[in-house]
Amino acid sequence: MFEPQIVSLIGWGFLETLYMTLVSTLIAYILGLPLGIALIVTDKDGIYPKRYFNLVLGIIINLLRSVPFLILLILVFPITRFVVGTTIGSNATVVPLVIAAAPFIARLVESSLKEVDGGVIEAAESMGASPAQVIYKVMLPEARPSLILGSAIAVTTILSYTATAGIVAGGGLGDIAIRYGLYRYKTDIMMVTVAILVIIVQILQEIGMKLAKIGDKRK
Amino acid sequence: MIRNPIIEIESLSKTFTSTNGEFHALDNINLQILEGEIFGIIGMSGAGKSTLVRCINFLEKPTQGTVFFNGRDLSRLTKRELYSIRQSMGMIFQQFNLLMQRNVMGNICFPLEIAGMDKRSAKMRAQELLELVGISEKAYSYPAQLSGGQCQRVAIARALATNPKVLLCDEATSALDPATTQGVLTLLKDINKRLGITIVVITHEMRVIQDICNRVAIIDHSRIAEVGDVEKIFSNPKTAAAKRLVFPQDQSIRHFSGTRCLRIVFDGNSSFEPVIAGMVLDFRQPVNILFADTKNIDGRAFGQIVIQLPQDESVADGMIEYLRAKNLTVEEVEGYV
Repeated sequence: MFEPQIVSLIGWGFLETLYMTLVSTLIAYILGLPLGIALIVTDKDGIYPKRYFNLVLGIIINLLRSVPFLILLILVFPITRFVVGTTIGSNATVVPLVIAAAPFIARLVESSLKEVDGGVIEAAESMGASPAQVIYKVMLPEARPSLILGSAIAVTTILSYTATAGIVAGGGLGDIAIRYGLYRYKTDIMMVTVAILVIIVQILQEIGMKLAKIGDKRK
Repeated sequence: MIRNPIIEIESLSKTFTSTNGEFHALDNINLQILEGEIFGIIGMSGAGKSTLVRCINFLEKPTQGTVFFNGRDLSRLTKRELYSIRQSMGMIFQQFNLLMQRNVMGNICFPLEIAGMDKRSAKMRAQELLELVGISEKAYSYPAQLSGGQCQRVAIARALATNPKVLLCDEATSALDPATTQGVLTLLKDINKRLGITIVVITHEMRVIQDICNRVAIIDHSRIAEVGDVEKIFSNPKTAAAKRLVFPQDQSIRHFSGTRCLRIVFDGNSSFEPVIAGMVLDFRQPVNILFADTKNIDGRAFGQIVIQLPQDESVADGMIEYLRAKNLTVEEVEGYV
């Protein structure tokens, strides 16, 4: 199985997977982080309560999160085609990945920010901090270790989504595993791609935990 | 010296509405806190004192009434104006509420960043404050590495960073052991004297009030029960709420035969003279000490002792005379034994 073209195929798939995962995570955070902040800040116990806004935002996020990824992938084909011009390949897969991951990340961010001690926020308010200053100078820095751990969860979840996208020719290692392993019974190629996926997950998770620990001054 | 009021609380009420109905946390509070004084607000837990202190800087908005700070009505300010006026009111808390991901220096610089001061000047100011509270050597430690007393010192330095006119202390010593409490109280007293800053102390401990406050308000069931000079309220509590706080609660000893009890208040008499022992020797009759809480500050005695007098009426009366002759505040307390 180690013919040069198979090796280069898997190598290329590996790069595509990394590309999809990292780009989608980045864009999903650009959308999901402000959404998560909005969820916590506009909550009835938040620093800027907006009841109905919070309710509507929560419902939209829950709706997006309740659609299984495989179905979402097909459901958003029109959007994907509009944005990228095609529905196959790694660039096209980024679109549904972002749509699926952003609400998930919003919830992760929300739960990280919820851990910040209310007393510290109150102290900042007592010093005359505005809601924006409370968010940037207190909530985000105080939640940093938890946010980093959350991002490790997000990136590994998105990685597993990229593999699912293989079923619609989404590119990357998942695509190879399905085309060779499922359609052509080349079990060895499938095993190799799965092994690589496992290793990537391990490495990303480990990096996340290390970074969270280095940045944590609570002990 | 006539002092101007710096904080005026006018017919302030606060009602919390929840699904279980309404809860009146504060009911028609009127108070004046004078410039440069240390003002105590004492009450049992749940009396409303924490809500009251949060109304002073409008962390809680009153349902009715208002607060004037330096003559400005806080309820008429815009948000921006309120943020800037809060910079002239520092606040410290029972749980310190330090930023755990910033070191001591970063914590003290925090309010200065909020106020828009540049980094270099902020650091210099922080250094001064660290010296003022006596923890310069901890500048680059993180809160998790400090003791409770040190954390509260950092919190005090942080609260003082913007040169506030008022320092609000919400149960600031309740999470500290007695020795550390003493250190923090001494620091507060020192800051009051040196910087002339007005201090508002919220507590449930009479000792804290006795130690540092000039005047005190007793809050009970959402209302002010009594306001006045600490010595006056301490030696002559009028309301039931005040008596509950001033009188000790332990009433278990009942073997001594006398029925009359006497409360003796020491408010600065010489501590070199052994008054009680001298009296017992003079009368050749024992008294039973039921409660004692006194301390010696610079050779002067502060605190109170409750004694049970002997059965013999003439001896008991004689002892009262004896104590009065020593210029001590003496009162008979009923129902103590």
